[in-house]
Amino acid sequence: MAKAKSEEPAASPKIRIGWFSYSCCEDSTIVLTEIMNDHWQFFKKTFEFVHARVLQSRNRWEPMDVAFIEGAVADEHQAEEVRKIRGLAKVVVAIGSCACTGMPSASRNNFSEKQKQEIQFLIEKFKASPKVRKLAEVIKVDAEVPGCPMDPKNFLAAVTKLVAQLQGAK
Amino acid sequence: MHNLDISLEHITKVEGAANVEVKVRDGKVESAQFEIKEQKRFYTKAIEGKPLMAVPQLLSRICGTCSNAHILASIEACEHAAGIVPSEQTMVLRTLTMDGLNVRDHALHLYLFVVPDMVGKDNFLELDENDPAQHQMLHDAFDIKAAGNFLAELVAGRSIHALYPTLGGFLKFPDKAGCELAVKKLEAVRPAVLRTVKLFAEAPFHLDRKTAFMALVPKDKFGFIDGEIHDSFGHVVPESGFRDHLEHVVLWNSTASAYAHPNKQAYMVGSLARVNLAKDLLHPKTKESLKETLKLFPSTDIFHNNLAQAIEILHCLDEAVEILSTREFKPEPLVKAAPRAGVGIGVVEAPRGTLYHKVETDAKGNVVKGEVIVPTNQNQLNMQEDIAKVVQDNLDKMTKEEIVHEIEKLVRAYDPCMSCAAHFLKVNWA
Repeated sequence: MAKAKSEEPAASPKIRIGWFSYSCCEDSTIVLTEIMNDHWQFFKKTFEFVHARVLQSRNRWEPMDVAFIEGAVADEHQAEEVRKIRGLAKVVVAIGSCACTGMPSASRNNFSEKQKQEIQFLIEKFKASPKVRKLAEVIKVDAEVPGCPMDPKNFLAAVTKLVAQLQGAK
Repeated sequence: MHNLDISLEHITKVEGAANVEVKVRDGKVESAQFEIKEQKRFYTKAIEGKPLMAVPQLLSRICGTCSNAHILASIEACEHAAGIVPSEQTMVLRTLTMDGLNVRDHALHLYLFVVPDMVGKDNFLELDENDPAQHQMLHDAFDIKAAGNFLAELVAGRSIHALYPTLGGFLKFPDKAGCELAVKKLEAVRPAVLRTVKLFAEAPFHLDRKTAFMALVPKDKFGFIDGEIHDSFGHVVPESGFRDHLEHVVLWNSTASAYAHPNKQAYMVGSLARVNLAKDLLHPKTKESLKETLKLFPSTDIFHNNLAQAIEILHCLDEAVEILSTREFKPEPLVKAAPRAGVGIGVVEAPRGTLYHKVETDAKGNVVKGEVIVPTNQNQLNMQEDIAKVVQDNLDKMTKEEIVHEIEKLVRAYDPCMSCAAHFLKVNWA
């Protein structure tokens, strides 16, 4: 994997980021951990993880520079959380196919009436929304890194651009 | 501490979303529940009506980190339904796909999820580069993961949602230069893998409770894609009989189901089960390097699941190096078969344990229905019994916060995957 242009010594203070996963297979989370194989020292120097359940326990609902949100929105609790993130983040980036398009997590939106009837008791039991939504149907999204999973090069390009913008602004 | 309620919402450093609820009354643990909180995505319903060729890639989306195991289990189920017999080379490439997956996935779990508990940090990236031991862990973690990732990309096209494995074979084949480079990268991280085994052999966490184990065990060598189901009671059943060997248990607070042994006893699947049941079949070089460590098995210490994962990383590395340095791969066409009505079962050992796929097709070869049983659902009852023991054992010794941390460490040792556990709908096979 090629080194990102952004891998210069990072200026302080660190960029505050959050990584959030909703209804999806968390494939882009795994890609993120694979990107770290070559870029972990850049991550360590450049970012402060305000919220990232896959990496840490002490997660805070605090203002952050960038929120990366993976997954579609499948219930009202998830919708409330992403609205909260939108209120805390300067920039929201939709990560992966489910966040950007809803699919394939939103497969049930396209089920036949018979299939919908067969799953309805579970939709009600677990208070799922009638329709699974892509992120932009719930909150304003500033940038997208599509793909199933996200492409590492596209993610690094987006990160490089954001780091340049945010470090220039600090 | 006579009465205690623990409500642990959204356990961190695991795959997906899960809660733990524990109730203690009069000094006794009344209930301990591990609740999976992912919303269902209904993939086994979404495949209905689809042609078989489309099924493995769609079911791969059940889970990112386990995706290549889902692809291989689904391919096997679809091939059995269609009457396709893959070539010997295809089976070798599938073996290498699983080797790459296990190296990458186990290293992710061991270092990014478990090591922070061992060194008193919250996030693996917080480890101190100026501390020689932690510096080594940082480098070993990412070097091992990168080598596994390279192997997966070479053989399967991607380490997540692999592109090359399909019904009847592979779409692309590793070239000589790629194989040589993979051997070089894998051999370069072998000392790091040996350090990983030592790290987890000496880890201070233990919880010993007699329980049962189950795994797919190949005939002649340790592996993940074929064999028969063995359990620690001495039963052996063929892959096709696996479903009948499980007792389905509905957990009403969870978006997932659970399973018990037919004798109603909870059991465990995963690396610990595999090493317990088949350590003699590990790669000869692995056995030679880990003579003393392997004496710890069979073990009923759940934290030895971490050690067993480290052992499996070494096995997968040794096996992949042997295969890649002793044979070449030639392009070959996919094995195909005319559409037919059929039922197929595929069983593989995913990193977290036995993974079962079943598919039924109509005469046109389109899916009528499908079923998937994942490792985390099988471990759920055993995990709950272990959570109860952790709480009971420490009730008078620890604060509530300390007990909560013990529960988190225990759950991480199981390496559960909630993305997998909440994808499906229970199917009744008439």
